[in-house]
Amino acid sequence: MNFNTISALVLRYLFLYTRTPMRMVELVFWPVVDLVVWGNVTVFIQKNTNPEFGSFVLFFLGGMILWDILFRAQQGVAISFLEDVWTRNLLNVFVAPVRTFEYVGATFIVGFLRILVTAVVLGLISWVGYSYNIFSLHWWLIPFFANLMLFGWSLGMISTALILRWGQAAESLAWAIPFFFQPAVAVFYPVEDMPAWSQPIAWSFPPTYIFEGMREVMKTGTMNWNYLWYSAALNVVYLALAGGLFAWILNLTRKRGLLTKFATQ
Amino acid sequence: MSAAPPDTREVILEARELTREFDGVKALDRFSFKLHRGEVLGLLGANGAGKTTAMNCLLGLTLPTGGDLFAFGLPLHQHRIKILQRSNFSSAYTALPGNLLVRQNLIVFARIYGLKEPKKKIAELMELLEITHLADRVTGQLSAGESTRVNLVKAFLNDPELLMLDEPTASLDPDIADKVRKVVRKVQKERNIGILYTSHNMRDIEEVCDRVIFLHKGKIVCEGTPTDIVAQSSSATLEDVFIKIARDGEVIDEPAKQP
Repeated sequence: MNFNTISALVLRYLFLYTRTPMRMVELVFWPVVDLVVWGNVTVFIQKNTNPEFGSFVLFFLGGMILWDILFRAQQGVAISFLEDVWTRNLLNVFVAPVRTFEYVGATFIVGFLRILVTAVVLGLISWVGYSYNIFSLHWWLIPFFANLMLFGWSLGMISTALILRWGQAAESLAWAIPFFFQPAVAVFYPVEDMPAWSQPIAWSFPPTYIFEGMREVMKTGTMNWNYLWYSAALNVVYLALAGGLFAWILNLTRKRGLLTKFATQ
Repeated sequence: MSAAPPDTREVILEARELTREFDGVKALDRFSFKLHRGEVLGLLGANGAGKTTAMNCLLGLTLPTGGDLFAFGLPLHQHRIKILQRSNFSSAYTALPGNLLVRQNLIVFARIYGLKEPKKKIAELMELLEITHLADRVTGQLSAGESTRVNLVKAFLNDPELLMLDEPTASLDPDIADKVRKVVRKVQKERNIGILYTSHNMRDIEEVCDRVIFLHKGKIVCEGTPTDIVAQSSSATLEDVFIKIARDGEVIDEPAKQP
């Protein structure tokens, strides 16, 4: 065994961390997300010692399935874009008569189709394997689904804009960005069980209202309409901001002449 | 060099004083030219001369820092989509998605260009480029020559009036390169297409281009037909002219200007 060879290879991987700070962020990012999510879940469980709590544990399955809807919608946008980067097809698309909103619109549709597949598969498995029927949310499932998808699209545009700005070094953002929001949007625990300082932050994101609404429907069979309106209104704001950011960064990339470099790398 | 008679054909692409700076360095410096309908114009120069920057500006991928661009008489940046519907592009440095079949890739682009009978058009072009047998092959598994011809099918799909070809014969063997040149010339003549052509292969240029522009440090240093440029230089071949310009930045005493 040649230790020089091993040290040279170790050096090669360490160089990567110094050249692309995004990798350092990743080192810290995922453990912190896990810690915050499971820390809040633990607090939630500790506070609920009554015997009925067992039946509410299905919240976790519902939360997980609805979270995946958001995640797949975001992936539909970001991964579709990355597919064009990985296959060196981006330039072909940008020199074809394709308007920016047409390109983004196509990725939205891909996101929607991905959601359908995921929702059906997860719904079936959770029903057969864990006696949890996602359709117990009844017709509320449709506005839940729509609002989560809209926020997923916004995150997809933000991820794509950041990848456009920082190039392939920022590719991991395509997977990381939704999880940046996960601890804050109360997927697995109610907002009231989150630390007080983080609650106003939670209410500033549209999915929080959906996850709270899901728990309310599962608990009481009724839904607070205000949750849906707040979520929809916030989604409009986030979509507009994300669309604006994407268009601005795309234009900036053109101005700096980075688009072709990025598209052919 | 004596001035050529004025070209009365329609101007389909025009750059006026096109300038592009990167961090204070001028990649293109007041670059002006006209491309006429039915003409093949070669854009030549060493690496870093400004060809790629020019091509990127002309494709709307990079915004110029100065000057104006027009295609079919329309300002390029205001009418980008309208212009791109009548144009196309192929480069040795881009690819169609390698994980799709050739046929699938071409159908996607045929739909983008709004072709009425996409399958018929694709079949016609594949036959013309002698690649019908590749229709059901995975694009990523094609050889460089096959891939270039598939890219050319994509480039001819919308019957472009303006075509930009960026080093279409790069990495091809002489036989395939010759076939590519011949088919480009054939289609160009049949359909009266204006082509902007970049290449480092001087044989390409001599065989395909009606007129060439030599760029050096973002500026035009020489312009004319390949034969005239060689005849009026102290060099024996176009390749020698290229080398002289790349090293000295000049080839003849007084660069010929476009009328």
